[in-house]
Amino acid sequence: MNDILIIGFATLGAIFILLAGIGLLKMPDFYMRVSISTKAITLGTGLILIAAALAFQDFSITSRVIAIILFIILTAPVAAHMIGKAAYFTGIKLWKNTSVNDLSKKYDKKRHTLDSVDNDASN
Amino acid sequence: MKNLFLANLLLTFIWVALTGKFNFTNFLFGLILSYGILWILTRSMNNVSYFKRVPQIISFIFFFLKELIKANIEVAYDVITPTNYMDPGIVGIPLDAKTDLEITLLANFITLTPGTLSLDISTDRKTLYVHGMYIRDKSTFINDIKSGFERRLLEILR
Repeated sequence: MNDILIIGFATLGAIFILLAGIGLLKMPDFYMRVSISTKAITLGTGLILIAAALAFQDFSITSRVIAIILFIILTAPVAAHMIGKAAYFTGIKLWKNTSVNDLSKKYDKKRHTLDSVDNDASN
Repeated sequence: MKNLFLANLLLTFIWVALTGKFNFTNFLFGLILSYGILWILTRSMNNVSYFKRVPQIISFIFFFLKELIKANIEVAYDVITPTNYMDPGIVGIPLDAKTDLEITLLANFITLTPGTLSLDISTDRKTLYVHGMYIRDKSTFINDIKSGFERRLLEILR
């Protein structure tokens, strides 16, 4: 039973990371690449770490696994968020089929302020 | 809330020390046991927020895992098949969250679900700009995030 769980978690994790790699090649623009790589890798690494914790069945390893997963969940989105923000404001183009763009013309480059969506436009 | 959590941890450590088995299963069992003891002890008191929040937090974790896996499968399907089903865009989501902690956690959880990436927050902190990969309808997309993540998160934090 335990072996099956370990095999399942480790394989799923590896598959998600593989798919993230393929996604990096396939996605048409920068934002979707960031989007795919951070999330799939968070889930993939998490699953592989859980498999490791199940394999060793040791308190010191389990606690370390929990700490690693927690810190990945805390830090990976912040990094993705900063990269995405920097990319947008240095003018990296969105994909040509992008449908909605609420962020266009909202940023004031001189004052470094970002306006919020006015309610008339969103309704 | 804080005192009860610390009492819960203290009782857990006492349980672990008395039983002498320092492994994860025993720790978890002690945690659940002392949670139950504290629930019985404080049943007559008014400060029951701890016993409301813990189930809420657990249900939030399961909700988040469900969303994470669902969205990952959606993205994975899009990656394997040669056609692109994407409909990307940047949407401004009006925020109900006010404090730093609420906004940070909401932005983090939005970024962690695949297909959405929080880009920036407006200077007056009323709008969160989110890059989504599957925006079929803008108002449904906003509603999904507002009634899913934001409502649950604010229930826990407030």
